[in-house]
Amino acid sequence: MRASEQGWPLWEVFVRADRGLNHVHAGSVHAVDAETALQAARDVYTRRAEGVSIWVVRSTEIVASDPDRRDDWFGDLKPYRHPTFYEIPDAIGHM
Amino acid sequence: MTVTDETTEAALQERFDATLADGRKIEPRDWMPEPYRQTMIRQIAQHAHSEVIGQQPEGNWITRAPTLARKAVLVAKVQDEAGHGLYLYSACETLGISRDELNRRLHEGRQKYSSIFNYPTLTWADVGAIGWLVDGAAITNQVMLTRTSYGPYARAMIRICKEESFHQRQGFEIMHTLATGTDEQRAMAQDALDRWWWPSISMFGPPDAESVHTEQSVAWGIKLETNDQLRQKFVDQTVPQADYLGLRIPDPDLRWNEERGHYDFGAIDWDDFWKVVRGDGPCNRERLEHKRATWEAGAWVREAALAHAAKKSGRDTTTEEAR
Amino acid sequence: MTTTTTTPLITFLLRTADDNLVLAQRLGALLARMPELEEDIAVANVCLDHLGQARSLYAHAAMLEGLGRSEDDLAMLRDERQFLNATLVEQPDVDFAHTIVRQFFVDAYQVPFYDVLCGASDPVLAGIAEKAMKEARYHLRRSATWVVRLGDGTEESHDRTQAAVDLLWRYTGDLLALDEIEETLVADGVLPSLDGVRGVFDATVASVFAEATLTLPTDPYQRLGGRAGVHTEQFGHLLPEMQRLYRSHPGARW
Repeated sequence: MRASEQGWPLWEVFVRADRGLNHVHAGSVHAVDAETALQAARDVYTRRAEGVSIWVVRSTEIVASDPDRRDDWFGDLKPYRHPTFYEIPDAIGHM
Repeated sequence: MTVTDETTEAALQERFDATLADGRKIEPRDWMPEPYRQTMIRQIAQHAHSEVIGQQPEGNWITRAPTLARKAVLVAKVQDEAGHGLYLYSACETLGISRDELNRRLHEGRQKYSSIFNYPTLTWADVGAIGWLVDGAAITNQVMLTRTSYGPYARAMIRICKEESFHQRQGFEIMHTLATGTDEQRAMAQDALDRWWWPSISMFGPPDAESVHTEQSVAWGIKLETNDQLRQKFVDQTVPQADYLGLRIPDPDLRWNEERGHYDFGAIDWDDFWKVVRGDGPCNRERLEHKRATWEAGAWVREAALAHAAKKSGRDTTTEEAR
Repeated sequence: MTTTTTTPLITFLLRTADDNLVLAQRLGALLARMPELEEDIAVANVCLDHLGQARSLYAHAAMLEGLGRSEDDLAMLRDERQFLNATLVEQPDVDFAHTIVRQFFVDAYQVPFYDVLCGASDPVLAGIAEKAMKEARYHLRRSATWVVRLGDGTEESHDRTQAAVDLLWRYTGDLLALDEIEETLVADGVLPSLDGVRGVFDATVASVFAEATLTLPTDPYQRLGGRAGVHTEQFGHLLPEMQRLYRSHPGARW
């Protein structure tokens, strides 16, 4: 093993399955730069024509919320923001 | 900021247990007990290594596949193994360990891969037998793992299972073609079944009574069925397939048990199993040596790629500053 | 040796199919031997593309030939002297640099080559070429990136890549050579002119090598002969490995 041995950086891969859909996280690849990360993502994650577009982003660039604080952040349900909170008379039909 | 009691170890453990009890997934940045993390790393890494080493026995036949169509299928399949290894390393890396470290552990013999890949592929029929039996056994295990408690592992498994079903089917198709072919081809198929049957049903691991990991893995929702349950499931579905092929499973004790509603089968030679696990299988040294040698031979390439990327980003910065 | 009524078009299809099959045969041996897992997957994709092109071209050649031969008969039952691939594609994978440089030369050739073939009067051939050109463009993007990266990477990678260029350049002439087969096809209006292929190839090589800090050998020697079935010694090892099983069970289905 060489002294200078260090791994290629990690990239997160997002694939758009079809036009009209969001890009969805598919996994990750190792690559030295953006161009190669795109090529690797294409070769790895679209072997069965699963995508029409790919995004890659350095894993270290992702900023995430703290899962241990998820109740503080996401706990408040606010039921009145949902349509089922409101009662509409049957006579009105679909609204 | 003050740390509220919500983040004390006991509270975190309680939340972890509650998440499991609700049948919800553990996700990468969640707090998790260290033994859970280590077990997960060990299991996912072993699974990833198995896919990667698994390229070798089948890859052995790519240049010799009998037809161009079979060659294409085999390349696609071996490529899938590499892809599945990659999905799994990817899942494992979310636990805070790098792929390079996992590679190192494999190369130093500190992590294992499935012993099934320590058997040689001697004839073309072995490619069929691996698809039919080895992938069949793997799928039985992997279908269970799509419901495993660690989110990234479960998601990788869903993707893998979707892709693997073609592997088993192409293997069965090869066996079927051989079994209905010339006398030599039929003999080739039977010989492959004779050699691959016992190693395949050993793949599920030691019997429940002797399995050191099973109990804890079930408690953590990592494993949802035991080794013996999965093995029985596989035998039950495979015996009728062998019958259909007109091939004989090399087990004199194999028979249908009306009462249990399952096939009974003979005793597995666990001494042999452990011998292979410990390193004394027919190809252990060759497989690991091939992997290590490839990694060493590629060092200058990986280094050059990093060096070029560094030069390029240096140049980009210079241009940026010049503006 | 079977006597066949061959036509320039069938010969041309076989030349192109053989290029792709022999290269795919080399690439197929590299799975689980690449420097990173991502590259194992990438090389398998390239291999499958070439294999697919070969199969379509054989199928079309067999159809035009009308002798009831299959793609496998063409691939597995012809002898060494009947294979018409350029000698470049049969050169062995000494190291990753050789693999990449060989691929880059093939890609730099196939992009303009297939571009011309898209204008073939034979609609099947034009259709095959259209699909193949898209694949070749992707291959070129990948191999050119690697040539630049290796050439302009470390001292070691530069030296290895330059050594691969120095060795493999002499086989590129075989790839680009045109003889009476192509001349006839162009004269008969089956193919548009292939004269421009070499210019595009040279320009691609020049621009990529400039970025990669690589130089072309000054030695003008070119090893020709593949298109007439005169191969290098390497080929006599590759072929039996590929053909043995099919040949040792005559008439068997697989």
